[in-house]
Amino acid sequence: MTALELAGRLHKREMRVLDALSEAQKKTQALNPSVNAVTEWEETETLRAAEQAQKRIDEGKPLSPLDGVPIGVKDLICIKDRRTSCASRMLADYVSPYDATAAAHLKAAGLLLPARCNMDEFAMGSTTETSVYGPTRNPWDLTRSPGGSSGGSAAAVAAGMLPAAIGSDTGGSIRQPAAYCAVTGMKPSYGAVSRYGLVAYASSLDQIGPFGGDAADCAALLDILAGPDGRDATCSGLPAPCFPALSGDVRGIRIGLPREYFGEGLDEEVRARILEAADIFRELGADVEECSLEGLDLAIPAYYVLACAEASSNLSRYDGLKYGYRAEDAETPDSLYRRSRTEGFGREVRRRILLGSFVLSAGYYDAYYKKAKAARALIRRGFDAAFRTFDLLLCPVAPSTAPRLGESLQDPLKMYLSDIYTVSVNLAGLPGLSLPCGLDGQDLPVGMQLIGPRFRDELVLRAGDAFQKHTRFHLNKPEVKRA
Amino acid sequence: MTAYEAAIGLEVHIELNTRTKIFCGCSTAFGGEPNTHCCPVCSGLPGALPRLNRAVVEKAVLAGLALGCDIRRHNVFDRKNYFYPDLPKAYQISQLYLPICEGGGLLLSSGRFVRIREIHMEEDAGKLVHDPWTESTLCDYNRCGVPLIEIVTQPDLKCADEVTEFLQTLKTRLEFAGVTDGKMQEGSLRADLNISLRPVGSSTLGTRTEMKNMNSFKAIHKAVEVETQRQAEILNGGGRVLQETRRWDGNKDASFAMRSKENAQDYRYFPEPDLPPVDIDDTWMQELKDALPEMPDVKRERYLSELRLPERDVNILCQSAPLCRLLERCVDLGVQPRSAANWLLSEVLKLLNERGLEPADLALPAESLCRVIQLVEGGKIGRADGRNALQAAFDGQTNVDEYVARNGLLREEAGEADLEAAVRQVLAENADAVASFRAGKQKSFGFLTGQCLKALKGRADPKRVSELLRRMLEQ
Repeated sequence: MTALELAGRLHKREMRVLDALSEAQKKTQALNPSVNAVTEWEETETLRAAEQAQKRIDEGKPLSPLDGVPIGVKDLICIKDRRTSCASRMLADYVSPYDATAAAHLKAAGLLLPARCNMDEFAMGSTTETSVYGPTRNPWDLTRSPGGSSGGSAAAVAAGMLPAAIGSDTGGSIRQPAAYCAVTGMKPSYGAVSRYGLVAYASSLDQIGPFGGDAADCAALLDILAGPDGRDATCSGLPAPCFPALSGDVRGIRIGLPREYFGEGLDEEVRARILEAADIFRELGADVEECSLEGLDLAIPAYYVLACAEASSNLSRYDGLKYGYRAEDAETPDSLYRRSRTEGFGREVRRRILLGSFVLSAGYYDAYYKKAKAARALIRRGFDAAFRTFDLLLCPVAPSTAPRLGESLQDPLKMYLSDIYTVSVNLAGLPGLSLPCGLDGQDLPVGMQLIGPRFRDELVLRAGDAFQKHTRFHLNKPEVKRA
Repeated sequence: MTAYEAAIGLEVHIELNTRTKIFCGCSTAFGGEPNTHCCPVCSGLPGALPRLNRAVVEKAVLAGLALGCDIRRHNVFDRKNYFYPDLPKAYQISQLYLPICEGGGLLLSSGRFVRIREIHMEEDAGKLVHDPWTESTLCDYNRCGVPLIEIVTQPDLKCADEVTEFLQTLKTRLEFAGVTDGKMQEGSLRADLNISLRPVGSSTLGTRTEMKNMNSFKAIHKAVEVETQRQAEILNGGGRVLQETRRWDGNKDASFAMRSKENAQDYRYFPEPDLPPVDIDDTWMQELKDALPEMPDVKRERYLSELRLPERDVNILCQSAPLCRLLERCVDLGVQPRSAANWLLSEVLKLLNERGLEPADLALPAESLCRVIQLVEGGKIGRADGRNALQAAFDGQTNVDEYVARNGLLREEAGEADLEAAVRQVLAENADAVASFRAGKQKSFGFLTGQCLKALKGRADPKRVSELLRRMLEQ
């Protein structure tokens, strides 16, 4: 059941909010031991919120189309008086004294936030294996990764524990796990959703976004999340709401297939599924054509230089002094910093902090940071040029389907390279929708990506929704093995 | 022995007097219980983001205009990364690549011009409190995020006297520009020194040291003298000055090496991604140019020519923006400039001295001073009583009329008939002022009110007088 379908039943009073909540809890209790998607289930506050939602529904005054629906929230979006650990030892006991703007919007729309979702530590990873809570497993195949870093959010929705979840996407962290788990996930335009209260990984790339059962879920959630915020100077909201734009019609829409995104390194079956999806768009009346998109070769190096540089600075505040993990018996302030950070952060986080500190160092800044910024500008221009001819771009989300657990930890470079089709969208600040388009020979989900011009999130969702109104790929559900 | 001359540059941190902090809505008020003027933003909690206080940009521009700088229209902030317990984010938001002001400078009394290299905006850090009893260090983040500008000069200064003259002039101009309170003991002006020596006549600069931690003009003066002497002795002894940062110890009148060039920190500056660039468009720029208050040199000329104040008084007044503001308010309220200046320079300055306060601390409302002057000059109360009333108002205990009434200081009040007669006479004797008031010049009204009060020797409530005057003028 999608989030909107569940809301429909609740609002028609075919089902009670408390029953929906307890069903979600039971399902989570049953499946989480095998999937490990949810790291915390809050009962007291959620029950109170559920009762209030029921009251509003009974009075015929729901706060939003999703009032009363329980969802998961990635563990790096602050919720007042709740633990926000970023799946790190560093913040294992950290309780936020305030609500992120996104969390406040969700609460104000009546959604229930019982579940904290697992993730890669500080969102650094593409497999949800660097979490202090242990790896999340892919509901389609428990020996595989759900993708990352928002793997917990994607897996919870795929396994049917929750109808929807919120994640964040810095280089593909919503779109790639959505693809690996066969759910629909949206990275909104940079500046659509406030980052206030999103624990920063890379400030110029981070964006909060939804996972749902389909594009309509994502549109409804994005309409709740998006909006200008005086607390985030980089946030302007969206020019138009998304949900009303879901006409089901893509006739005349020009969709480009960027040649470079179908080149070497792309799994044959993934390529086949996406080209089949392209044919479906043609049948629906869209004009689909091959095109060229400059800058793909620069995307990975530019992304890792810029993201790590910003991360090295953003994560400096975790110094063991004010909150979070503090090493015991440090002799000097310097050793307190050094030991708290060495012990509090995992390997991948330390690696990226070191990389970022290096590229910002005197003598290296011009060679790395400045060049990466220039590459970013080039990538942006490439998209600008493509969007002069096309309304949307269609391409893969990842070069392959979900990898086996453990594979990526041994080869971080390979993991970085698997972000090739997603990072440019963050570098250019564009909206990107990831939606299922079938399975490969091993019955693993394949995802495709629709990319639109900045702040045309509604158009991306409209195309995704139209596709889903005529296909059944998004209705595929895994049979999760119990642990 | 070679003769050396010093080349001294300054890095001056000025605290801007905005009501709220640079990146959040917390109060900038000095003092307060530790960590009570804090929020998730200025204490660097996970997820918090900065948002720029426009008033900071405005005050920085006003400072630049007051010092003759070029103003940069496209402003970007940068992060300066370093670990220190008083810096909760472990980076300071500052401006490295594109500072808001460049160029400009100040003229010394010797006629030499000291050039300013740049002015940039940044945030202050917190305060560390060392407790020797428990051997612990506590952090107070109330100052975190208080807006600063850093003014960096070229090494154009030559001696301690020039340094203090420059700083005094700088402080005065910025106070007049309305951008800072200039309270030294509250840290609203802090200066670091860059000092190097070179043989007289040489055009290349010698190796410099940086001196920190002077907390008064006196300490700065002493530090220049001592450091110049120290470097001269090293050079005369055939040694080499090491490029290093030194810390001034005011108790010992000596400095100690903190860190050498080799240990200089790498701040890993990069553009602040959380803040979009700030563009100052033509309209905003013009508004700020129009808003720049009168600078002391212009004010000085006007006080001499327009207010006809004695030069001795003008020289003292024009060193203090708060005194000038009070004077001008009193004149607006109808007090003769000379009387206002007299009371300010005798009674008000005396009270400040006795209370150990700076003019910046002045909380005395102009209305109170005005009322005292009018009562005394109108013969309504005696001068000594007037002084006492002023003191009570100065200390904020009571207002002047209440004080006068409570202590029964008032001499008898003029009747309605006396009042009317007095006003009629003033109008007859001041036909010019009446005509200019009727032509729309509001200032003449103040003048006429003053004349009436004088004629009544203060035996009338100025409010009644001004009401009556207006009525009669409008007839």
